[in-house]
Amino acid sequence: MKFEGEHLLPGQLGHFFVLLAFISSLLSTIAYCTASFKKELVEKASWIKWSRIYFYIQCFSVFAVFAFIFIICSNHYIEYLYAYKHTSKELEFKYLLACIWEDQGGSFLLWSIWHCVLGLVLIRKSKEWEAPVMTVVSVAQLFLAMMIMGVYISGVKIGNSPFVLTRNGIDAPIFNRPDYLNLIKDGVGLNVLLRNYWMVIHPPILFLGFASTIVPFAYAYAGMQSKRFGDWVKPAIPYALFSACVLGVGIMMGGKWAYESLSFGGYWAWDPVENASLVPWLIMVAGLHTMVIYKATGHSLRASYFFILLSFLFVLYSTYLTRTGVLGDTSVHAFTEAGNAMTNLLRTFLWFFVLGSLGMFFFNYKKIPAVIKEESTTSREFWMFIGALVLFLSSMFIIGLTSIPVYNKTTGISWLVNKFNGGPLALPEDPEFAYNKVMALVAIIIGILTAVTQYFKYKNTGNKEFLRKIALPTFIAALITVSLAIFYPVDYDKKGPGFLIALYLALFATIYAVTANAMYIKTGLNGKLKAAGGSVAHLGFGLMIAGMIISSGNKKIISEERYKAFAIPMGVDPLTKQQDNAAENINLIRHLPTRMGDYHVTYLNDSAGHEKDRRFFHLLFQRKNEQTKAVTESFVLTPDVYIMKDNNMSSNPDTKRYPTHDVFTYISYTINPENNIDTGSYKIVELKKGDTAFYSKGYLVYNGPNKNHKRIIPGTPLMHVAADITVVAKDSSRYHAEPVIMVEREDPFLVKAGKDSVKLTPLDDTMYAQNLYLRFVNVDPVKETIQLGIKESERMIDFVTLKAYVFPYINLVWLGLLLMSIGMLMSMFYRLKVPGSSTIAVLLITAAWLFYMFFIATN
Amino acid sequence: MKRTHIVMLVAIALAIGALLMLSTDFSTYDTIDSARNKQGKFVHVIAKLDKTSPIEYDPATNPNYLAFTAVDSLGGKTKVVYRNTKPAELEHSERVVLKGKMQGEVFECKDILLKCPSKYKDDQKELEKGIGSSQ
Repeated sequence: MKFEGEHLLPGQLGHFFVLLAFISSLLSTIAYCTASFKKELVEKASWIKWSRIYFYIQCFSVFAVFAFIFIICSNHYIEYLYAYKHTSKELEFKYLLACIWEDQGGSFLLWSIWHCVLGLVLIRKSKEWEAPVMTVVSVAQLFLAMMIMGVYISGVKIGNSPFVLTRNGIDAPIFNRPDYLNLIKDGVGLNVLLRNYWMVIHPPILFLGFASTIVPFAYAYAGMQSKRFGDWVKPAIPYALFSACVLGVGIMMGGKWAYESLSFGGYWAWDPVENASLVPWLIMVAGLHTMVIYKATGHSLRASYFFILLSFLFVLYSTYLTRTGVLGDTSVHAFTEAGNAMTNLLRTFLWFFVLGSLGMFFFNYKKIPAVIKEESTTSREFWMFIGALVLFLSSMFIIGLTSIPVYNKTTGISWLVNKFNGGPLALPEDPEFAYNKVMALVAIIIGILTAVTQYFKYKNTGNKEFLRKIALPTFIAALITVSLAIFYPVDYDKKGPGFLIALYLALFATIYAVTANAMYIKTGLNGKLKAAGGSVAHLGFGLMIAGMIISSGNKKIISEERYKAFAIPMGVDPLTKQQDNAAENINLIRHLPTRMGDYHVTYLNDSAGHEKDRRFFHLLFQRKNEQTKAVTESFVLTPDVYIMKDNNMSSNPDTKRYPTHDVFTYISYTINPENNIDTGSYKIVELKKGDTAFYSKGYLVYNGPNKNHKRIIPGTPLMHVAADITVVAKDSSRYHAEPVIMVEREDPFLVKAGKDSVKLTPLDDTMYAQNLYLRFVNVDPVKETIQLGIKESERMIDFVTLKAYVFPYINLVWLGLLLMSIGMLMSMFYRLKVPGSSTIAVLLITAAWLFYMFFIATN
Repeated sequence: MKRTHIVMLVAIALAIGALLMLSTDFSTYDTIDSARNKQGKFVHVIAKLDKTSPIEYDPATNPNYLAFTAVDSLGGKTKVVYRNTKPAELEHSERVVLKGKMQGEVFECKDILLKCPSKYKDDQKELEKGIGSSQ
């Protein structure tokens, strides 16, 4: 059958380039691998020449694949499954990229693109290491190309192609018609949860972080392959710094996204997906420190190999965890069940690198040089190594807990688990606390090590000198911690005094890291900022963790029952014998101010957005002086909700940012306005000035007409007047109402020749708090009376259910991250001996960009 | 400082970690019937919303009270109370992971994880349904 209107060319070309990418990466792997084993220089050079050509072809193909996917999506060619699943015509252009990485294939492609970019840099910069380093990059590219290949090789499907046609991908009778494209109006579109600028920017940064872990890994391989076991460390350190910096920023961008745009109520929840990216980062940072130790003293080379190899291997393991659906029941993230084609390929990818690299490491273990002499306890390298070890162990702890679903699915282990746990293993009642209680201890150790280690010298340090220099920062940190404890105590007693003490110790340790590193720039480096990258990064790290303790420890859910005007004692529920949980959601009735913490919050009104099904709710927050009742603070937050036709909703929060705290709110429930149709009718009463009329909850008084009313008038009527009405409810609360009547010209099409007719249009006023609608129906100038329509709605009262938080000092977290990344870049440029002026330029641009992303940008 | 000392330090760290983890009360995945036998113990139950029974949720009176009936694959049935707002898509979920405790005949739920077909963009059935409705 011939189908009408299909654009088959982009798909065919795209598929061709996928295959070309596969073949060229295979060839460049073989050529680079051969080159790396050639001793003879001329021969080696000619192999490298060919390898480069294959790699260039491979890069071109990957970019071409991306270009064709982009063409298909931007033109909404919904004959392709990719476009049908991820795009829709109402989608704004800026989300087009987000559509592309929403797909599993698209994110593998993104990863592959970054490998291409890094590979091109390595070809220029890696000199004698090029052949072995690029062998590793090419193998990884080979696997990534297979992920998006979607071909059958001897009956086994390899990967999923992004160029599958909708009619081949979905089985439906509609595809028996040649004109099916005329019948499908639009694609499914981007998941509303992901319609947000973070979805555009976060995946590229995070994937650059993931992709960049391969470079130190490849250098470690090159060290073993070339038998020059220690020489790879020096050129690999800048790449490790780059990787730690980008991955760190990527992870925290995810946190910022979760905090700002998703209704998780925080930036970190120990969700498996978050953990999966944190673990490679922790190991990379551990490896970075052991590499620095090796370069300075010759110690810790074996540990450097181990950590750098594991960092990349855990990127692969994380990919496996998050892409195969194995975490299905434990994460709030929606996972795609990848299907066997993908799961098996990912397993092969993982096992290939695990067995290959670790096998090589253990095979060469004895040959890797190690210093026989032990480190002195007063040496810098000793404490750096301990710090790296603690980071590594903490990462093993995190991945150990995250992998719980894997244990339940692995035969043998699952039997053991069942026996000891009395059923398949699951995280405890408070999963976050299971992580926090261990990580608080880790923060204490790491904080103190971060503070003191730089004050030790390599090899050996005089005790006196060390104590003299460390005394002042220690004192200042203790002073800050004590004054915080007195004036701004961490208010977190939910987990008992033991954990609170641990939090205070961790707070001291991280503040100590800040003060000690800040002062080290002066006392240790004599203010030499160029060399201060490490100190700045450590300072930022300390600040970030301290900010996390302060902001999370003092987070308040102000929509909780207990922050209302009067405290309701919380007791034991007679039915369930449970301690009443603090009801965290609050109802706001339209126009009725409600107390929440220090604020009086009023739901003003709602409005529709320019996107389909999106509603914005305007909430007025006011803080009043207790004595004078004067408003001291006032702002409007506008959280919004996508309401879908089947009553499903997706909520986007809104945040008021202050330097010291954030006020954060989102709609946790709202009724669909379409299902809330009013069936009541108006009761007409005739009123003279001063007359009274009754309604079920009170009465109202007509005070007379008012031409200078405050209502906003739509259009340009000939005349308008309001009826000034006072509503007095049974609870003696008073409201002022101004229903308006307008005299307008009749629709010009209906005007009969020579006759200028007018019509009366009412503009109702609504007392939402009383569920009362008032309509100015008519006016009788002779009797001086008005006709007033009174309606008591049968419609559900207009309200929203929301949750609101106050996050204090969350900006410390973002500021700490910014400093940490800048410090890492400073250190990287210093080691690469980049001239000062270009370093400053790049640092300034990066700092400005990060500042914009984390402090200014709003949805 | 000898290597042995480092090993000791690490061993101490591991011991502290292990002690902390032992004090952690890990939960289990249970069926509704086995959860009923573990009264008051925090468990995870994988179940389905019973669409034949009504969902009780009246946000205007109390936005923090949701009650519904859950059934599991073995036919166990229980009333579930969740003191929070009704998660969007509850009615459309094909599977729910309920985290909480059995209190008598009522499952006091602390957290609900929904598995919805619409979240799985690659779900074939859902796409077929989508195509079907666009005709």
